[in-house]
Order: sequence, then C-alpha cells, then structure tokens
Amino acid sequence: MAFFLETLLGGLMAGMLYSLVALGFVLIFKASGVFNFAQGAMVLFAALAMARFSEWIPQWTGIENKVLGDVAAFVIAALIMFAVAWLIERLVLRHLVNQEGATLLMATIGITYFMEGLGQSLFGSSIYKIDIGMPKDPIFVLESTFQGGVLINKEDLYAALIAATLVALLSLFFQKTATGRALRAVADDHQAAQSIGIALSRIWVIVWCVAGVVALVAGMIWGSKLGVQFSLSTVALRALPVVILGGLTSVPGAIIGGLIIGVGEKLSEVYLGPYVGGGIEIWFAYVLALGFLLIRPQGLFGEKIIDRV
Amino acid sequence: MLYRENGQFKTTYRADQQIFPILQDRVVVLLFVAFAIVAVPMLASDYLLRAILIPFVIISLAALGVNILVGYCGQISLGSGAFMAVGAYGAYNVIARIPGMPLIPALLLGGFFAMLFGMFFGLPSLRVKGLYLAVATLAAQFFADWMFLRIKWFTLDNSSDSAAVSNLQVFGYALESDASKYLFCLAFLIVIALAAKNLVRGAIGREWMAIRDMDVAAAVIGIRPMYAKLSAFAVSSFIIGVAGALWGFFYLGAWEPAAFSVDQSFRLLFMVIIGGLGSIMGSFFGAAFIVVLPIALSQALPAIAGLFGVQISTSALSHAELMVFGALIVWFLIVEPHGLARLWSIGKEKLRRWPFPH
Amino acid sequence: MKTRQLSLVLAMLAASASLLVHTGAAAQAKEQFIPVLSYRTGPYAPNGIPIANGIVDYYKLVNARGGINGVKIAFEECETGYDTARSVECYERLKGKNGGASVVQPWSTGATFAITEKAAVDKIPIVTLGYGRSESADGTVFKWNFPLAGNYWVAADALVQAIGQKEGGLAKLKGKKIALVYHDSPFGKESIPLLDERSAQQGFELLKLPVTAPGVEQKATWLQVRQARPDYVILWGFGVMNSTALKEAQATGYPREKMYGVWWSGAEPDVKDVGEGAKGYNSVTLQNSTDYNAKVVKDMLAMVYDKGQGTGNREEVGQVLYLRGAMGSMLTVEGIRAAQERFGKGKVMTGEQIRWGLENLNLTQAKLDALGFAGVLRPISTSCADHMGAYWARIHTWDGKAWKFTTDWLQADEQIIKPMVKAAAAKYATEKKLTPRTPAECQS
Repeated sequence: MAFFLETLLGGLMAGMLYSLVALGFVLIFKASGVFNFAQGAMVLFAALAMARFSEWIPQWTGIENKVLGDVAAFVIAALIMFAVAWLIERLVLRHLVNQEGATLLMATIGITYFMEGLGQSLFGSSIYKIDIGMPKDPIFVLESTFQGGVLINKEDLYAALIAATLVALLSLFFQKTATGRALRAVADDHQAAQSIGIALSRIWVIVWCVAGVVALVAGMIWGSKLGVQFSLSTVALRALPVVILGGLTSVPGAIIGGLIIGVGEKLSEVYLGPYVGGGIEIWFAYVLALGFLLIRPQGLFGEKIIDRV
Repeated sequence: MLYRENGQFKTTYRADQQIFPILQDRVVVLLFVAFAIVAVPMLASDYLLRAILIPFVIISLAALGVNILVGYCGQISLGSGAFMAVGAYGAYNVIARIPGMPLIPALLLGGFFAMLFGMFFGLPSLRVKGLYLAVATLAAQFFADWMFLRIKWFTLDNSSDSAAVSNLQVFGYALESDASKYLFCLAFLIVIALAAKNLVRGAIGREWMAIRDMDVAAAVIGIRPMYAKLSAFAVSSFIIGVAGALWGFFYLGAWEPAAFSVDQSFRLLFMVIIGGLGSIMGSFFGAAFIVVLPIALSQALPAIAGLFGVQISTSALSHAELMVFGALIVWFLIVEPHGLARLWSIGKEKLRRWPFPH
Repeated sequence: MKTRQLSLVLAMLAASASLLVHTGAAAQAKEQFIPVLSYRTGPYAPNGIPIANGIVDYYKLVNARGGINGVKIAFEECETGYDTARSVECYERLKGKNGGASVVQPWSTGATFAITEKAAVDKIPIVTLGYGRSESADGTVFKWNFPLAGNYWVAADALVQAIGQKEGGLAKLKGKKIALVYHDSPFGKESIPLLDERSAQQGFELLKLPVTAPGVEQKATWLQVRQARPDYVILWGFGVMNSTALKEAQATGYPREKMYGVWWSGAEPDVKDVGEGAKGYNSVTLQNSTDYNAKVVKDMLAMVYDKGQGTGNREEVGQVLYLRGAMGSMLTVEGIRAAQERFGKGKVMTGEQIRWGLENLNLTQAKLDALGFAGVLRPISTSCADHMGAYWARIHTWDGKAWKFTTDWLQADEQIIKPMVKAAAAKYATEKKLTPRTPAECQS
C-alpha cells in the first residue's frame, strides 16, 4: 500500500512537471492557432541561457551572492526569450498570417532547427548546471502508518507548486483581462479578429513572450532536475500526450491531463511493466491519451470541433 | 512558345485521360527517367550513388506514402517511422526464416505487414481528427520502438538484437555494386509512383480528397469514411513499409530500432509539408530538400568558409547547418506556403505563356 | 514579387551548384589518412566532445613527434551526432578520401553494427575500444573488428567480481539481489548474457530494469528499485541517462556506494553536475581513470597545448573520456607501426596491412611506458583468435570531486567469457554464412 501511494504521488508530481511544458503548447495554440513544435527547443534555449548566464554573471561582474546571480540570470534569460518572441513574430508569423495549420506547423519546425543550432552555438553543447537551491534529498511521510514511510521527492513537490501557481495565474490572465479575451479572439479566427481592430502582431508577440517565460520556468525546473543539455528538448515529446488529453485549448486541461498521464505512466511502468519486460512508459502514455480521445475526440477540456458543411 | 498544347488533339478518352496529356510533358518525363536509369549510374561517383542517390530514392518513396495519407486524405500521421520499421523487420524475418525466399516478394511482404500495422493504428482516425490524430499516431511510433527492442523474436533471437542482411540477389543477379542497388530501388520507386499516381487520379483518390476537404460532406454524399480512411492508411503504410525494407536492406545494411525512431517520422512529415501536400511531385521535392540539402550544406559551408580563409570546427559546422536549414524552411514557406510543388506548377504555368505575359 | 522569385531561382541554382563542390585537401603522398567520426553536438555531446578531443590531440602529438617512422597522420573529423545514418554517411564520404581511409573508429554501438558489414567489403579495419559487439573479440569470425582493451562482457564480469570483493568473496553473492538499470538498446542489452551466466553460477538474483532512451525520466525505474531493495545496482547507460539515474537514486534515497556503472557510465560528464550527490558511486574502468600525471598527458600539454594546437580545454586533458580517446588513437597508431615493421617502415599502409598490424599488436609494459601510458594501461597483445588483447579492469569511485581507484586490477574470468565469445561468434558465422578462419589463414 505504501508503495502504491509512493508511485501514485510520484506520478502526480511527474505529471505536474509535464504540464509545465504542455502549458507552452496550449498557450500558443489557444492564442494563435499555431501548434508550436518549437516549444521543446524553446525550453532548451531558455534553460541554456539561464544556466550559462548564471555562470557568466559571477565571472563578468564579480557578484558573489548566488541568489542575486541566479535572479539576474533568470531575468536576462526572460529578456532573451522576449527578444526571441519578438523576432519570431516579426520574421516568421507576420508573413504567414491566415495560412493553413500545416504551413504554420512547418514554420515552427524551421524555427526549431534554427533555435537548436543557435542555442548550441551560443551557449555550447556540454552539460550545464542550474542550481536554484532545490533540495535533492527525499522526505518520508506517514512513517507511523506505513513501515519505512512514503517517499516524496521534495524537488518535485516544489516544482509541482510552482507549476500550479503558474497555471492559476495564466487562467486568470485568459479569463479576466482584456488582453486575454483578445488572445482568445485571435485563436478563433485571425481575419475576424483583425477586422474588429485587434492588432495581431502585438497579440502574437505577447503570446509568444508569455510562452517563452513558461518555457523558461519549465526549463529551469527540468534543468535543475536533469542538468541542461540537448536531451532536455525531448521532454516536449513526453508532454505531447498531456496536451492532447487535456485539449489543445485548455489551460486547466493541461494540468488535469498532466496528472492523468503522470499517474498512468508510473503505475503502468511499475505494475504492468514487469510482465512485459519493462520500458512501456512512453507508449502507454500515448495509448492512454488515445483511449481518452476515442471517448472525447477533442480532449477532456478542449473546444468541441465544429464542422460547418 | 515551347510548352503550348496547340495542335495536340485527343481523339479517344484514353488519350485524354493520360497522366501526361501534353506531348512536351511526356517527352521531358521520359527523358528524365531515361537519364536516371541510364546516365546516372554511368556518370555518378560511388559516393554520390551510395550516400546521396540511394537514400534519396528510398526516402522519396516513403515520402510518397506519407503524402498519400497526409496530403491526399488529410490524416496527419506521425507514425511513419514505425511503418518503415515494420516493413524492414517484416522483410528481414521473411528472408531470414524462409530459406530460398526471393527478394522482391520478401520486400512486398514487408510492405504487407506494414499495411496491417498501419490499418490497425489508423483505426483511431475514424473518431479523432487533425492534430489530435497526429499525436495519437505517435502511439504507433513509440509502440513499434518498444516492440522491436523487447520482443526478441523479431530479431531472430540473435546475439546482438539488431538485424542485418547481406548477399542480396534478384533473379540470380547479385546486387553488390552501388549502381545495381540504385537501379533496383529506382525500379521500385518508378513502379510504385506510377501506381500511386493512378490511384490518386481514380475514384479512390477522389474519395480521399473529398474526405480531406470536408469529411462530413463526403459522408453525406455517400463516401464511406471508414473505407476511405482505412484504405488511405493501408496504401500509405504499404508504400512506407516497402520503403522501410529498402532502407534497411540497401542503405543501412544492419540496423537497430533506433534507426526508425520518431525523428524519422518527423522528417517524413516535414518532407511532405515542404514538398507540397497532395502532390506526387511534391514528395520528390521534399525528399530532395530534406535528404540532400544537409549533405550539400556540409560540403558547401566549409568551402564558403575556406574562401574567407576561416576554418570551422565540425560542431560549429553542424550548428550552422541546422540554422541555415531552419532558416531555409521558413523562407521557402514564406515565399510559397503551399510547398515546392506549387512553385513547380507556377513555373510550368509561366512556361506555358512564355514569352507572352498572358 | 519579382525580386522574391529571382532570389528563389538564384537560391535553387546555388543549392544545386553546391552539390558539386568538392572540399578537402588533395591527397598528400606520405600521409596516413584516418577519418574521425565524432559527435560534438546532439544528446551525447557532453561525452563525445572529450573523446573527440583526445583522439585528435593524440594524432597531433604523434605528428609533433615526427609521425609514425616519418609518416604523418592526416585526419578529418566528421560530425555524426551519434546518429547511425549520419555515421554511415560520414564513413561513406571519408573512406575514399586522401588515398583511402586506413582505419575507422565509430565510437557508437549502432554505427558499429552498420559499418561492420561495409568495412569488410571495403577492407578497412574497425577499432572499437570497449564497445560494439562483445563477440567481435573472436578474430577468426570477425576479421576486421578489433574491440581492443576490453569488451562489454569483460566490463560486466569485472563489475560482478568487484561486487563480490565488496561482499567478501564471490561465494557470498548467493541469495543477493542485483538490479541492472540499462539503456534500452543493443548497447544496454550487451551485458545481459554475461550477467545471466554469472547469476546462474553465483546464485544471485538479477533484476532487469530497462530505461527507454534517452533516459530523461527514470522515476518509475527508481521507484521499482526502491521497492525491490536490491543489494547492488549496476548502471549501464550513456549520456544524460547516467546523471539522471544518479539524481533519481539520490531522490529515492538509494545509497550511491552500492551503485556500480559500466565504463560508459563512469566519467566526468556523468557525475560533474551531480557533484556531492554522486559521492561513493563506483564504476569499472576501461583500464584508465583520470590521470593528470601520466607522461602522455604531460607530453600533450607540452608539445600540443603549449604550442596553441590543442583542440579543447586544457583542464580536460587527462580526464577519463579524453584519455580513452587518446588510447584509441594510440592503439591505432601502434597497429600502423606494427604493420610498418612487416610491410615497410616509413611507407603509407593500406587497410589490409593495418589490419594485420592490429592483429599482431604486442604492447609490453615497457613499450607502453615509453609511449607515456604507464599507470594508464596494462600490456595488450592481440592475435588472430583474440582481437581484444586484454581482460583487465579496475574500479574507480567518485569522491565528490574526482575519480579515484578503489580496487586493484581485476581480471575478467576468461573461462566464462571465452566460451561465450566463441559461441556467439559461431552463431554470427552461421547467420552470415561465413567460415571462420583457420590458423593457416591467420598467417597472412
């Protein structure tokens, strides 16, 4: 029983980490109808920026205070992501207004390649450290009820809290502010939004900036867990089932989807895995998402797809 | 002036319904195919054949398969790598387990197994659409990755869990030289491309395109969505499976499941989108772009740097390749969002009128 | 619109023209060409960069010392990104250059499988230090493969023996539980045949836990480890999987002292960013650990880095993977030297001649010391039947800041390994319809 709880909690927290990455996808799709294939590359780029600057700032400016250095690195990385967002809008999206989904997807793929090359040439290909003071050792709870206690990973717990806060903030942003409404209008129909006077370019820059900051937070947390290097961009592949399970246009869906996928993955690997030789996590997550999609083809919280004939 | 169809009157339906009704088209295409069959093996260096042309031919066959599914039927699929893997492992098992099995039936059987696999994993398309389907097909991809690693039966329980083929021969003629391998793969490409072109021009192709454009309306006028979608998956995965078997047998020689990873699936989708969705020619352009361009870049960039007297390290070169590649993709899409095939047809249109403006 | 189309046409012309561009220097008459397949980008770059630097720096050192009896080495790097298809393309592109490649090191198990088939036809020997197929140690079947200095079964056996030593004798392993956390790929699965054999002989339970590549998410694996509570964990990964495994071990509270890694899981990139969290983690070595005092390191700094010719950072010279790359180069160069002894000193050797040289390596401790590898390597001597040349390994442990040897030399049990190699090689030979070479054929 204790082990089941451990696996369950571990799965829930892993799911929160996935939803951090999934949020970036959802944000951009919700606000511009573009499936941002480059989200993984953005997570990596942002994490690399933060990792390298947290090394370079003490070297260049002599600031010894670690917290100050880390905060400065975070801020600089966020500014870099803003610049990236502005450049993407200016150079890519502006010229592809109102094109089909496949064309925009392909454009984000081009951006992916570009950012991977740029990130590695600017910041290097080695493995870099992000140390934001996350505790690495586990805590054991309920030691009285269960022998040995139930293991909880402190780092994952903090990460889950950060993710939850971020989601709450973003939900508020989309629902309550004028910019949020404008973003949802743009997602519905670019031309219609333009015709009622919403400045598309400004909206897109805002959305990609927000997605960039989300990528930075995700990169920071995953980077602190894994170390910052190229494989970080593969985390995006793990987050895709979360995106489609929750619905491409739903921020709370990213969280719920994340929790379901996280738990499903871990429970399947631990309890089903040994019967088939193990290693089933990844495809099980996709099959689970597929199963949910068969019941609700637009994801759990996604907008119903309306076909006009 | 050169490309006018004046004076070319058709007197039979058969003549009117040819793939290339205009004489100039027929001539150019036949010349090109003859060049590819006769001149290229004689003129091309071994390296060009082995490292550029053979992969290009095989991958354009795979891109053709993907285009049928994604471009003509509108079902975005990211499981192409898995279909290639099933084709490759299927053909390998057939050749290794059945002594004396000839090569061509083995390759076709590999395609057949890929077809069954594709139809099974295409079933969700009956309920799920668009990007959701794309991500759902990744389930096929990762499942195949796992299946070929875990189930030792597929690699004949051999010592290294990888598959390898050698001593390939067709009709008693050993396929040892690069030119013979190239011609063999080219033969498959020509036959299958011709069959595919005729399929998409026929009733089933029109059904696919109707489903792509508006599947509810298609169902209303009597096109059975299940039949159309599953047949698209079937034909597409058969072609991709055959391509996968060719890839494993003739390009890699020995492979492990990582050779057919999700990167391969993404590459095939990119080829189809950038080449032009819903166009057979587009598959070739896209394959050329994605297969040949990185190699060309890795040759050209050091040469250009050499002109400026700069020595680049291999890692900087690799990064520069990625950046130029990504920038080129974006640039092509801005110039022509419908892909390279559209550029090609615009070119032909202009040529029809040339030298007159309209 | 017109400028757009014009630039488009120009771009396409430029792209097609670039295909015809030939790069690379013209063939020098008295230079031995060696292609270097490396991965300086991509997911395995942190491990690939020091290896590549070690390889290239050693060739530069040899050239600085005057070459191999006067024959200088011409080398060219090609970026593979650890991808099999790109490795094959690099191999095809470089094998005919500059008079022909003399020897190739793929540095990736997947690429080794693909290139093995081709190299036998092209007559280029493949040197695979501590990776590739374990059964390629049998030279009568694998004429062109040389897994010098050790293969995966030597590593696995050394690990079992080290664990046995820790317990107080191999007999004490009976009834114990050892978990194998491995990279789910042919590389990762290489250890299983030997570990199964040892598990049967010694009576310990082997729990196999695969980790899907690239191994960024291992929570489920380590929860299973926590539940099973094995006495020891053997880590068999590469790249980010290693540091992630160590971090998850820390997060689930599994003592790192009980973890033993293969030589691809025991180098600086795997533990540096875990730091103190990996303290106590042990790994088997492909004979070498970090050694900043070895004579070859000093020579490298003096003759290559001080002259500004160094490929990477100075601090890297002497680290585990750097030295491994240098060892690979050294063994290749000694193979060429041995070939020159027979076929003509001071001449450029062909692939076939170098193959003979690699098959007749006799590196005594005296020779190794002269080359500067005292304390790094033990004597290696190959023969027709044995393309591996050595069965020795040591264990080193990370103390939070550096790797230090914690055992003496361990000799992998040839009684177990040799029959397994022979059986697996025989199986390969029947699959491929090859006839193993007879002793008479070995003489050529």
